[in-house]
Amino acid sequence: MSERRQSLNRREFFSYISVAWIAFGAACANLASLAFRYSYPNVNFEPEMEFIAGTPDVYEEGVDERYKNGYGVWMVKLEGKLFALSNICTHLGCIPNWLPAELKFKCPCHGSGYYMSGINFEGPAPRPLERYAISLNAEGKIKVDKTKVYRWEKGQWDHPNSFLSV
Amino acid sequence: MRELINYFADPIRSFPAVCVLFYLMMKYYRVVGTKKFLYWSLAFIIPVSIWFAIDPNFFTILILPDNIPIIILLVAVGFLQWFTFYKAAQNDARIEEGLGPLEGTPENREKVWSWPNLVYTELFMIIAATSFLIVWAIVFKAPLEEPANPTWAPNPAKAPWYFLGLQEMLVYFDPWMAGVVLPGVVVVGLIAIPYIDTNPKGNGYYTIAERPVAMWGFLFGWLVLWLYLIIVGTFLRGPNWTFYGPFEYWDYHKVVAEYNVNLSEFMWIKWLNTAMPENMFVREILGIILSLGYIIILPPLSAATKYGKMMIEKVGMIRYYIFIVLLLLMMSLPIKMVLRWLFSLKYIIALPELELNL
Repeated sequence: MSERRQSLNRREFFSYISVAWIAFGAACANLASLAFRYSYPNVNFEPEMEFIAGTPDVYEEGVDERYKNGYGVWMVKLEGKLFALSNICTHLGCIPNWLPAELKFKCPCHGSGYYMSGINFEGPAPRPLERYAISLNAEGKIKVDKTKVYRWEKGQWDHPNSFLSV
Repeated sequence: MRELINYFADPIRSFPAVCVLFYLMMKYYRVVGTKKFLYWSLAFIIPVSIWFAIDPNFFTILILPDNIPIIILLVAVGFLQWFTFYKAAQNDARIEEGLGPLEGTPENREKVWSWPNLVYTELFMIIAATSFLIVWAIVFKAPLEEPANPTWAPNPAKAPWYFLGLQEMLVYFDPWMAGVVLPGVVVVGLIAIPYIDTNPKGNGYYTIAERPVAMWGFLFGWLVLWLYLIIVGTFLRGPNWTFYGPFEYWDYHKVVAEYNVNLSEFMWIKWLNTAMPENMFVREILGIILSLGYIIILPPLSAATKYGKMMIEKVGMIRYYIFIVLLLLMMSLPIKMVLRWLFSLKYIIALPELELNL
Protein backbone atom coordinates (compact mmCIF):
# COMPACT_ATOMS: atom_id res chain seq x y z
CA MET A 1 0.00 0.00 0.00
CA SER A 2 2.69 2.42 0.87
CA GLU A 3 4.41 1.57 -2.44
CA ARG A 4 1.60 3.14 -4.41
CA ARG A 5 3.03 6.29 -5.85
CA GLN A 6 0.78 9.27 -5.60
CA SER A 7 0.90 11.27 -8.80
CA LEU A 8 -0.90 14.21 -7.19
CA ASN A 9 -0.71 15.37 -3.64
CA ARG A 10 -3.42 17.37 -1.95
CA ARG A 11 -1.77 20.73 -2.52
CA GLU A 12 -1.20 20.14 -6.22
CA PHE A 13 -4.75 18.93 -6.62
CA PHE A 14 -6.12 22.17 -5.18
CA SER A 15 -3.93 24.36 -7.35
CA TYR A 16 -5.02 22.47 -10.48
CA ILE A 17 -8.67 22.60 -9.55
CA SER A 18 -8.50 26.34 -8.84
CA VAL A 19 -6.96 27.00 -12.27
CA ALA A 20 -9.62 24.83 -13.87
CA TRP A 21 -12.45 26.61 -12.07
CA ILE A 22 -11.06 30.03 -12.91
CA ALA A 23 -10.73 29.07 -16.58
CA PHE A 24 -14.25 27.64 -16.61
CA GLY A 25 -15.66 30.71 -14.90
CA ALA A 26 -13.87 33.03 -17.31
CA ALA A 27 -15.20 31.10 -20.29
CA CYS A 28 -18.74 31.28 -18.91
CA ALA A 29 -18.45 34.98 -18.21
CA ASN A 30 -17.11 35.56 -21.69
CA LEU A 31 -19.99 33.62 -23.20
CA ALA A 32 -22.48 35.53 -21.08
CA SER A 33 -21.03 38.87 -22.14
CA LEU A 34 -21.16 37.79 -25.79
CA ALA A 35 -24.79 36.75 -25.36
CA PHE A 36 -25.51 40.10 -23.72
CA ARG A 37 -23.84 41.96 -26.56
CA TYR A 38 -25.79 39.87 -29.07
CA SER A 39 -29.05 41.14 -27.68
CA TYR A 40 -28.23 44.67 -28.88
CA PRO A 41 -28.45 45.47 -32.59
CA ASN A 42 -25.25 46.21 -34.53
CA VAL A 43 -26.82 49.08 -36.38
CA ASN A 44 -29.45 51.32 -34.87
CA PHE A 45 -31.77 53.28 -37.11
CA GLU A 46 -33.60 55.02 -34.25
CA PRO A 47 -34.39 58.49 -35.53
CA GLU A 48 -33.05 61.39 -33.51
CA MET A 49 -35.44 62.71 -30.90
CA GLU A 50 -34.53 66.34 -31.59
CA PHE A 51 -33.76 67.96 -34.89
CA ILE A 52 -33.55 71.30 -36.64
CA ALA A 53 -36.14 71.64 -39.39
CA GLY A 54 -34.99 74.70 -41.34
CA THR A 55 -36.63 78.10 -41.16
CA PRO A 56 -40.39 78.72 -41.16
CA ASP A 57 -40.35 80.39 -44.59
CA VAL A 58 -39.34 77.20 -46.46
CA TYR A 59 -42.72 75.61 -45.83
CA GLU A 60 -45.66 76.03 -48.14
CA GLU A 61 -49.28 75.59 -47.15
CA GLY A 62 -49.96 71.88 -46.72
CA VAL A 63 -48.03 68.77 -45.75
CA ASP A 64 -44.25 68.65 -46.07
CA GLU A 65 -42.73 65.17 -46.18
CA ARG A 66 -39.01 65.97 -46.18
CA TYR A 67 -38.51 64.95 -42.52
CA LYS A 68 -40.79 61.91 -42.67
CA ASN A 69 -38.25 59.27 -43.62
CA GLY A 70 -35.43 60.62 -41.48
CA TYR A 71 -37.29 61.60 -38.33
CA GLY A 72 -40.84 60.28 -38.63
CA VAL A 73 -42.41 63.75 -38.64
CA TRP A 74 -44.67 65.55 -41.08
CA MET A 75 -44.34 69.32 -41.05
CA VAL A 76 -47.82 70.71 -41.70
CA LYS A 77 -48.66 74.34 -42.37
CA LEU A 78 -52.35 74.90 -42.03
CA GLU A 79 -54.41 78.03 -41.36
CA GLY A 80 -51.50 80.12 -40.12
CA LYS A 81 -50.10 77.40 -37.89
CA LEU A 82 -47.02 75.26 -38.47
CA PHE A 83 -46.89 72.04 -36.49
CA ALA A 84 -44.91 68.79 -36.37
CA LEU A 85 -47.23 65.82 -36.79
CA SER A 86 -46.21 62.34 -35.64
CA ASN A 87 -46.32 59.67 -38.34
CA ILE A 88 -47.38 56.87 -35.97
CA CYS A 89 -50.95 55.67 -36.36
CA THR A 90 -52.85 55.92 -33.06
CA HIS A 91 -54.58 52.60 -33.70
CA LEU A 92 -51.72 50.10 -33.69
CA GLY A 93 -48.59 52.09 -34.49
CA CYS A 94 -48.23 51.54 -38.24
CA ILE A 95 -46.85 54.27 -40.49
CA PRO A 96 -49.59 56.00 -42.50
CA ASN A 97 -49.00 57.45 -45.98
CA TRP A 98 -49.78 61.00 -47.05
CA LEU A 99 -52.09 60.87 -50.06
CA PRO A 100 -51.81 64.29 -51.72
CA ALA A 101 -54.66 63.68 -54.17
CA GLU A 102 -57.12 62.72 -51.44
CA LEU A 103 -55.73 65.26 -48.93
CA LYS A 104 -55.55 62.70 -46.14
CA PHE A 105 -53.20 60.44 -44.22
CA LYS A 106 -54.11 56.79 -44.71
CA CYS A 107 -52.75 53.87 -42.72
CA PRO A 108 -51.90 50.75 -44.78
CA CYS A 109 -52.48 48.32 -41.90
CA HIS A 110 -56.14 48.75 -40.94
CA GLY A 111 -57.28 51.67 -43.06
CA SER A 112 -57.37 54.49 -40.51
CA GLY A 113 -57.67 57.89 -42.16
CA TYR A 114 -56.69 61.33 -40.86
CA TYR A 115 -57.24 64.85 -42.18
CA MET A 116 -54.33 67.14 -42.86
CA SER A 117 -54.70 68.51 -39.34
CA GLY A 118 -54.20 65.01 -37.93
CA ILE A 119 -57.83 64.56 -36.85
CA ASN A 120 -59.01 60.96 -37.40
CA PHE A 121 -62.17 60.47 -39.42
CA GLU A 122 -62.27 56.95 -40.87
CA GLY A 123 -61.17 53.47 -39.94
CA PRO A 124 -60.51 52.26 -36.42
CA ALA A 125 -58.15 54.99 -35.16
CA PRO A 126 -59.51 56.04 -31.75
CA ARG A 127 -57.82 59.45 -31.55
CA PRO A 128 -55.99 61.99 -33.74
CA LEU A 129 -52.28 61.84 -34.59
CA GLU A 130 -49.99 63.30 -31.96
CA ARG A 131 -48.11 66.57 -32.38
CA TYR A 132 -44.55 67.21 -31.20
CA ALA A 133 -43.14 70.24 -29.44
CA ILE A 134 -41.95 72.84 -31.92
CA SER A 135 -40.09 76.08 -31.22
CA LEU A 136 -37.71 78.62 -32.76
CA ASN A 137 -34.12 78.65 -31.57
CA ALA A 138 -31.85 81.69 -31.26
CA GLU A 139 -30.85 81.51 -34.96
CA GLY A 140 -34.48 81.64 -36.06
CA LYS A 141 -34.54 77.98 -37.05
CA ILE A 142 -37.25 75.50 -36.15
CA LYS A 143 -36.45 72.99 -33.43
CA VAL A 144 -38.68 69.90 -33.20
CA ASP A 145 -38.56 67.99 -29.91
CA LYS A 146 -40.12 64.55 -30.20
CA THR A 147 -39.83 63.84 -26.48
CA LYS A 148 -42.76 66.20 -25.81
CA VAL A 149 -46.10 65.04 -27.18
CA TYR A 150 -49.32 67.04 -27.47
CA ARG A 151 -52.58 65.12 -27.73
CA TRP A 152 -55.83 66.53 -29.08
CA GLU A 153 -58.18 64.53 -26.85
CA LYS A 154 -56.45 66.01 -23.81
CA GLY A 155 -56.94 69.52 -25.19
CA GLN A 156 -53.19 70.06 -25.63
CA TRP A 157 -53.20 71.35 -29.19
CA ASP A 158 -53.75 74.91 -27.92
CA HIS A 159 -50.50 74.72 -25.98
CA PRO A 160 -48.11 77.42 -27.26
CA ASN A 161 -45.29 74.88 -27.75
CA SER A 162 -47.39 72.64 -29.98
CA PHE A 163 -47.38 74.99 -32.99
CA LEU A 164 -45.68 78.01 -34.52
CA SER A 165 -47.73 80.94 -35.79
CA VAL A 166 -46.61 81.74 -39.32
CA MET B 1 -70.70 39.11 -64.31
CA ARG B 2 -67.32 40.13 -62.86
CA GLU B 3 -68.73 43.48 -61.80
CA LEU B 4 -71.57 41.65 -60.10
CA ILE B 5 -69.18 39.43 -58.14
CA ASN B 6 -67.07 42.46 -57.20
CA TYR B 7 -70.25 44.13 -55.99
CA PHE B 8 -71.38 41.16 -53.94
CA ALA B 9 -67.95 40.48 -52.46
CA ASP B 10 -68.19 43.66 -50.38
CA PRO B 11 -68.44 42.48 -46.73
CA ILE B 12 -71.73 44.36 -46.30
CA ARG B 13 -73.26 41.93 -48.79
CA SER B 14 -70.96 38.91 -48.57
CA PHE B 15 -71.12 38.56 -44.77
CA PRO B 16 -74.91 38.04 -44.67
CA ALA B 17 -74.55 35.78 -47.74
CA VAL B 18 -71.93 33.67 -45.93
CA CYS B 19 -74.17 33.52 -42.84
CA VAL B 20 -77.12 32.34 -44.95
CA LEU B 21 -74.92 29.75 -46.68
CA PHE B 22 -73.70 28.56 -43.28
CA TYR B 23 -77.29 28.27 -42.06
CA LEU B 24 -78.38 26.30 -45.13
CA MET B 25 -75.32 24.05 -44.92
CA MET B 26 -75.91 23.24 -41.26
CA LYS B 27 -79.66 22.89 -41.68
CA TYR B 28 -79.43 20.55 -44.69
CA TYR B 29 -76.22 18.78 -43.72
CA ARG B 30 -77.75 15.47 -44.75
CA VAL B 31 -78.00 16.74 -48.33
CA VAL B 32 -74.49 18.23 -48.17
CA GLY B 33 -73.10 15.04 -46.68
CA THR B 34 -73.70 12.85 -49.72
CA LYS B 35 -71.26 11.76 -52.40
CA LYS B 36 -73.65 13.07 -55.03
CA PHE B 37 -73.43 16.56 -53.51
CA LEU B 38 -69.62 16.35 -53.47
CA TYR B 39 -69.44 15.45 -57.18
CA TRP B 40 -71.93 18.13 -58.18
CA SER B 41 -70.17 20.80 -56.15
CA LEU B 42 -66.78 19.74 -57.56
CA ALA B 43 -68.26 19.95 -61.06
CA PHE B 44 -69.34 23.49 -60.17
CA ILE B 45 -66.33 24.68 -58.13
CA ILE B 46 -63.51 23.53 -60.45
CA PRO B 47 -64.65 25.45 -63.57
CA VAL B 48 -65.55 28.49 -61.42
CA SER B 49 -62.11 28.48 -59.77
CA ILE B 50 -60.44 28.25 -63.18
CA TRP B 51 -62.58 31.11 -64.40
CA PHE B 52 -61.57 33.12 -61.29
CA ALA B 53 -57.90 32.35 -61.90
CA ILE B 54 -58.02 33.49 -65.54
CA ASP B 55 -58.66 37.03 -64.40
CA PRO B 56 -55.28 38.83 -64.31
CA ASN B 57 -56.08 40.88 -61.19
CA PHE B 58 -57.20 37.87 -59.18
CA PHE B 59 -54.31 35.78 -60.50
CA THR B 60 -51.73 38.28 -59.20
CA ILE B 61 -53.16 37.93 -55.69
CA LEU B 62 -53.46 34.17 -56.03
CA ILE B 63 -49.83 33.44 -56.91
CA LEU B 64 -48.25 35.43 -54.08
CA PRO B 65 -46.10 32.88 -52.19
CA ASP B 66 -47.79 33.97 -48.99
CA ASN B 67 -51.23 33.05 -50.31
CA ILE B 68 -50.50 29.46 -51.30
CA PRO B 69 -51.18 28.13 -47.78
CA ILE B 70 -54.60 29.76 -47.96
CA ILE B 71 -55.44 27.86 -51.14
CA ILE B 72 -54.31 24.62 -49.46
CA LEU B 73 -56.34 25.59 -46.40
CA LEU B 74 -59.48 26.26 -48.42
CA VAL B 75 -59.26 22.95 -50.25
CA ALA B 76 -58.48 21.02 -47.05
CA VAL B 77 -61.20 22.69 -44.96
CA GLY B 78 -63.75 22.26 -47.73
CA PHE B 79 -63.05 18.56 -48.09
CA LEU B 80 -62.82 17.84 -44.34
CA GLN B 81 -66.01 19.77 -43.69
CA TRP B 82 -67.80 17.72 -46.33
CA PHE B 83 -66.30 14.54 -44.83
CA THR B 84 -67.64 15.50 -41.39
CA PHE B 85 -71.10 16.03 -42.81
CA TYR B 86 -70.88 12.77 -44.75
CA LYS B 87 -69.96 10.76 -41.66
CA ALA B 88 -72.37 12.64 -39.41
CA ALA B 89 -75.25 12.18 -41.84
CA GLN B 90 -74.60 8.43 -41.94
CA ASN B 91 -74.35 8.19 -38.15
CA ASP B 92 -77.40 10.34 -37.46
CA ALA B 93 -79.49 8.21 -39.83
CA ARG B 94 -78.26 5.08 -38.03
CA ILE B 95 -78.91 6.58 -34.59
CA GLU B 96 -82.47 7.41 -35.64
CA GLU B 97 -82.97 3.79 -36.58
CA GLY B 98 -81.55 2.81 -33.20
CA LEU B 99 -78.39 1.20 -34.61
CA GLY B 100 -75.77 3.39 -32.96
CA PRO B 101 -72.93 5.16 -34.78
CA LEU B 102 -70.74 3.43 -37.38
CA GLU B 103 -67.63 3.94 -35.28
CA GLY B 104 -69.31 1.96 -32.50
CA THR B 105 -69.85 -1.22 -34.50
CA PRO B 106 -67.84 -4.22 -33.25
CA GLU B 107 -65.58 -4.39 -36.33
CA ASN B 108 -64.64 -0.73 -35.85
CA ARG B 109 -63.92 -1.12 -32.16
CA GLU B 110 -60.83 -3.27 -32.61
CA LYS B 111 -57.99 -1.96 -30.44
CA VAL B 112 -54.26 -1.84 -31.23
CA TRP B 113 -51.19 -0.91 -29.16
CA SER B 114 -50.00 2.69 -29.37
CA TRP B 115 -46.45 1.26 -29.54
CA PRO B 116 -45.50 0.60 -32.28
CA ASN B 117 -48.62 1.45 -34.34
CA LEU B 118 -49.17 5.08 -33.30
CA VAL B 119 -45.54 5.98 -32.70
CA TYR B 120 -44.48 4.69 -36.13
CA THR B 121 -47.25 6.65 -37.82
CA GLU B 122 -46.20 9.77 -35.96
CA LEU B 123 -42.56 9.27 -36.93
CA PHE B 124 -43.49 8.95 -40.59
CA MET B 125 -45.70 12.01 -40.41
CA ILE B 126 -42.86 14.02 -38.84
CA ILE B 127 -40.52 12.99 -41.64
CA ALA B 128 -43.12 13.67 -44.33
CA ALA B 129 -44.02 17.09 -42.91
CA THR B 130 -40.36 18.09 -42.56
CA SER B 131 -39.48 17.10 -46.11
CA PHE B 132 -42.60 18.86 -47.40
CA LEU B 133 -41.59 22.06 -45.61
CA ILE B 134 -38.02 21.83 -46.92
CA VAL B 135 -39.23 21.41 -50.50
CA TRP B 136 -41.65 24.28 -50.01
CA ALA B 137 -38.95 26.54 -48.60
CA ILE B 138 -36.74 25.78 -51.62
CA VAL B 139 -39.47 26.23 -54.24
CA PHE B 140 -41.21 29.32 -52.86
CA LYS B 141 -38.54 31.66 -51.65
CA ALA B 142 -39.26 34.18 -48.93
CA PRO B 143 -39.37 37.63 -50.53
CA LEU B 144 -36.24 39.65 -49.78
CA GLU B 145 -37.10 43.29 -49.32
CA GLU B 146 -35.16 46.39 -48.51
CA PRO B 147 -33.77 46.87 -44.97
CA ALA B 148 -36.35 47.56 -42.28
CA ASN B 149 -37.16 51.22 -41.85
CA PRO B 150 -39.08 52.39 -38.78
CA THR B 151 -40.51 55.39 -40.64
CA TRP B 152 -41.97 53.51 -43.57
CA ALA B 153 -44.52 50.68 -43.95
CA PRO B 154 -45.40 48.63 -47.04
CA ASN B 155 -48.81 49.28 -48.55
CA PRO B 156 -50.88 47.20 -47.89
CA ALA B 157 -49.10 45.96 -44.76
CA LYS B 158 -50.43 42.44 -44.35
CA ALA B 159 -49.95 40.08 -41.44
CA PRO B 160 -48.98 36.43 -42.05
CA TRP B 161 -51.90 34.58 -43.63
CA TYR B 162 -53.02 32.85 -40.42
CA PHE B 163 -53.29 36.22 -38.65
CA LEU B 164 -55.23 37.97 -41.41
CA GLY B 165 -58.48 37.18 -39.61
CA LEU B 166 -57.15 39.00 -36.57
CA GLN B 167 -55.98 41.91 -38.69
CA GLU B 168 -59.42 42.13 -40.26
CA MET B 169 -60.92 42.09 -36.75
CA LEU B 170 -58.70 45.03 -35.80
CA VAL B 171 -60.42 47.15 -38.45
CA TYR B 172 -63.52 47.15 -36.26
CA PHE B 173 -61.99 47.33 -32.79
CA ASP B 174 -59.49 49.09 -30.63
CA PRO B 175 -56.16 47.18 -30.55
CA TRP B 176 -56.76 46.32 -26.90
CA MET B 177 -60.00 44.56 -27.74
CA ALA B 178 -59.14 42.85 -31.03
CA GLY B 179 -55.45 42.36 -30.26
CA VAL B 180 -55.50 41.24 -26.63
CA VAL B 181 -58.95 40.65 -25.13
CA LEU B 182 -60.75 38.82 -27.94
CA PRO B 183 -57.82 36.55 -28.97
CA GLY B 184 -57.30 35.84 -25.27
CA VAL B 185 -60.96 34.92 -24.94
CA VAL B 186 -60.66 32.67 -28.00
CA VAL B 187 -57.70 30.81 -26.46
CA VAL B 188 -59.27 30.61 -22.99
CA GLY B 189 -62.59 29.56 -24.47
CA LEU B 190 -61.02 26.78 -26.51
CA ILE B 191 -59.17 25.55 -23.42
CA ALA B 192 -62.40 25.72 -21.42
CA ILE B 193 -64.44 23.62 -23.87
CA PRO B 194 -63.72 20.21 -22.25
CA TYR B 195 -64.65 21.61 -18.81
CA ILE B 196 -67.82 23.35 -19.93
CA ASP B 197 -68.98 20.66 -22.32
CA THR B 198 -69.11 17.43 -20.35
CA ASN B 199 -71.70 15.85 -22.62
CA PRO B 200 -70.32 12.38 -23.55
CA LYS B 201 -72.34 12.28 -26.77
CA GLY B 202 -70.24 12.62 -29.90
CA ASN B 203 -67.13 11.22 -28.24
CA GLY B 204 -65.33 9.18 -30.86
CA TYR B 205 -67.92 9.46 -33.60
CA TYR B 206 -69.32 12.05 -35.98
CA THR B 207 -72.73 13.45 -35.19
CA ILE B 208 -74.57 16.72 -35.58
CA ALA B 209 -78.11 15.83 -34.50
CA GLU B 210 -76.95 14.82 -31.02
CA ARG B 211 -74.75 17.92 -30.51
CA PRO B 212 -76.56 20.84 -32.16
CA VAL B 213 -75.36 23.67 -29.86
CA ALA B 214 -71.72 22.59 -29.87
CA MET B 215 -71.60 22.04 -33.63
CA TRP B 216 -73.43 25.25 -34.59
CA GLY B 217 -71.52 27.40 -32.12
CA PHE B 218 -68.07 26.09 -32.91
CA LEU B 219 -68.50 25.92 -36.68
CA PHE B 220 -69.92 29.45 -36.80
CA GLY B 221 -66.86 30.76 -34.96
CA TRP B 222 -64.44 28.74 -37.06
CA LEU B 223 -65.92 28.98 -40.55
CA VAL B 224 -67.64 32.36 -40.54
CA LEU B 225 -65.72 34.41 -37.99
CA TRP B 226 -62.22 33.04 -38.56
CA LEU B 227 -61.95 31.60 -42.10
CA TYR B 228 -64.22 34.11 -43.80
CA LEU B 229 -62.22 36.96 -42.27
CA ILE B 230 -58.95 35.36 -43.46
CA ILE B 231 -60.39 35.16 -46.97
CA VAL B 232 -61.50 38.79 -46.82
CA GLY B 233 -58.10 39.87 -45.50
CA THR B 234 -56.25 37.91 -48.18
CA PHE B 235 -58.22 38.40 -51.36
CA LEU B 236 -60.35 41.45 -50.76
CA ARG B 237 -58.11 43.95 -48.99
CA GLY B 238 -55.71 46.03 -51.03
CA PRO B 239 -53.67 49.22 -50.65
CA ASN B 240 -54.59 51.41 -47.65
CA TRP B 241 -56.57 48.39 -46.41
CA THR B 242 -59.38 49.54 -48.69
CA PHE B 243 -61.83 46.94 -49.85
CA TYR B 244 -61.34 45.65 -53.42
CA GLY B 245 -63.46 43.09 -55.26
CA PRO B 246 -61.66 39.90 -56.37
CA PHE B 247 -61.41 41.10 -59.98
CA GLU B 248 -60.74 44.72 -59.19
CA TYR B 249 -57.43 46.36 -60.06
CA TRP B 250 -55.58 47.51 -56.92
CA ASP B 251 -55.85 51.20 -57.69
CA TYR B 252 -53.93 53.10 -55.00
CA HIS B 253 -56.22 56.06 -55.37
CA LYS B 254 -59.53 54.29 -54.91
CA VAL B 255 -61.57 56.57 -52.69
CA VAL B 256 -64.19 55.12 -50.40
CA ALA B 257 -66.41 57.68 -48.76
CA GLU B 258 -66.32 56.83 -45.11
CA TYR B 259 -66.81 58.88 -41.99
CA ASN B 260 -66.95 56.95 -38.75
CA VAL B 261 -68.83 58.31 -35.78
CA ASN B 262 -68.79 57.28 -32.13
CA LEU B 263 -71.99 56.29 -30.39
CA SER B 264 -71.60 59.24 -28.02
CA GLU B 265 -71.55 61.63 -30.99
CA PHE B 266 -74.69 59.99 -32.36
CA MET B 267 -76.38 60.42 -28.99
CA TRP B 268 -75.41 63.98 -28.01
CA ILE B 269 -75.10 65.70 -31.36
CA LYS B 270 -77.51 63.89 -33.65
CA TRP B 271 -80.30 62.79 -31.32
CA LEU B 272 -80.18 65.30 -28.45
CA ASN B 273 -78.83 68.23 -30.49
CA THR B 274 -76.53 69.46 -27.74
CA ALA B 275 -72.82 69.83 -27.25
CA MET B 276 -70.76 66.91 -25.97
CA PRO B 277 -70.54 66.95 -22.16
CA GLU B 278 -67.17 67.73 -20.59
CA ASN B 279 -67.04 64.72 -18.30
CA MET B 280 -65.96 61.73 -20.36
CA PHE B 281 -68.03 59.19 -18.41
CA VAL B 282 -71.20 61.26 -18.80
CA ARG B 283 -70.31 61.62 -22.48
CA GLU B 284 -70.09 57.87 -23.03
CA ILE B 285 -72.98 56.94 -20.71
CA LEU B 286 -75.14 55.32 -23.40
CA GLY B 287 -72.32 53.07 -24.62
CA ILE B 288 -71.38 52.09 -21.08
CA ILE B 289 -75.00 51.19 -20.26
CA LEU B 290 -75.37 49.21 -23.48
CA SER B 291 -72.11 47.28 -23.05
CA LEU B 292 -72.72 46.46 -19.39
CA GLY B 293 -76.29 45.48 -20.21
CA TYR B 294 -75.04 43.22 -22.98
CA ILE B 295 -72.63 41.34 -20.74
CA ILE B 296 -74.48 41.52 -17.36
CA ILE B 297 -78.21 41.55 -18.11
CA LEU B 298 -78.36 39.26 -21.16
CA PRO B 299 -77.01 36.08 -19.44
CA PRO B 300 -79.71 35.96 -16.69
CA LEU B 301 -82.33 36.91 -19.26
CA SER B 302 -81.25 34.05 -21.50
CA ALA B 303 -81.24 31.72 -18.50
CA ALA B 304 -84.93 32.45 -17.98
CA THR B 305 -85.90 31.33 -21.48
CA LYS B 306 -87.00 27.81 -22.35
CA TYR B 307 -83.65 26.84 -23.89
CA GLY B 308 -81.73 28.46 -21.06
CA LYS B 309 -83.63 26.45 -18.44
CA MET B 310 -83.08 23.29 -20.45
CA MET B 311 -79.33 23.89 -20.68
CA ILE B 312 -78.97 24.81 -16.99
CA GLU B 313 -80.68 21.55 -16.12
CA LYS B 314 -78.14 19.67 -18.23
CA VAL B 315 -74.85 21.43 -17.44
CA GLY B 316 -75.45 23.38 -14.25
CA MET B 317 -75.49 27.09 -13.41
CA ILE B 318 -71.76 27.94 -13.49
CA ARG B 319 -71.06 26.13 -16.75
CA TYR B 320 -74.09 27.74 -18.34
CA TYR B 321 -72.99 31.28 -17.39
CA ILE B 322 -69.41 30.75 -18.56
CA PHE B 323 -70.73 29.38 -21.83
CA ILE B 324 -73.15 32.22 -22.40
CA VAL B 325 -70.56 34.92 -21.61
CA LEU B 326 -68.08 33.30 -24.02
CA LEU B 327 -70.81 33.11 -26.65
CA LEU B 328 -71.74 36.77 -26.13
CA LEU B 329 -68.10 37.84 -26.45
CA MET B 330 -67.83 35.84 -29.67
CA MET B 331 -71.00 37.41 -31.04
CA SER B 332 -69.71 40.89 -30.23
CA LEU B 333 -67.48 40.63 -33.31
CA PRO B 334 -70.22 40.20 -35.94
CA ILE B 335 -72.42 42.71 -34.06
CA LYS B 336 -69.72 45.36 -34.19
CA MET B 337 -68.95 44.59 -37.83
CA VAL B 338 -72.58 44.97 -38.87
CA LEU B 339 -72.92 48.20 -36.88
CA ARG B 340 -69.84 49.61 -38.63
CA TRP B 341 -71.16 48.72 -42.07
CA LEU B 342 -74.70 49.94 -41.48
CA PHE B 343 -74.17 53.06 -39.36
CA SER B 344 -70.43 53.83 -39.74
CA LEU B 345 -70.27 53.39 -35.99
CA LYS B 346 -66.70 53.76 -34.78
CA TYR B 347 -66.82 52.92 -31.08
CA ILE B 348 -69.64 52.12 -28.68
CA ILE B 349 -67.55 53.41 -25.79
CA ALA B 350 -64.83 55.85 -26.83
CA LEU B 351 -62.52 56.90 -24.02
CA PRO B 352 -59.28 57.77 -25.83
CA GLU B 353 -58.20 59.64 -22.67
CA LEU B 354 -57.92 56.25 -20.93
CA GLU B 355 -56.88 54.31 -24.07
CA LEU B 356 -60.13 52.39 -23.66
CA ASN B 357 -62.45 51.94 -26.62
CA LEU B 358 -65.04 49.32 -27.29
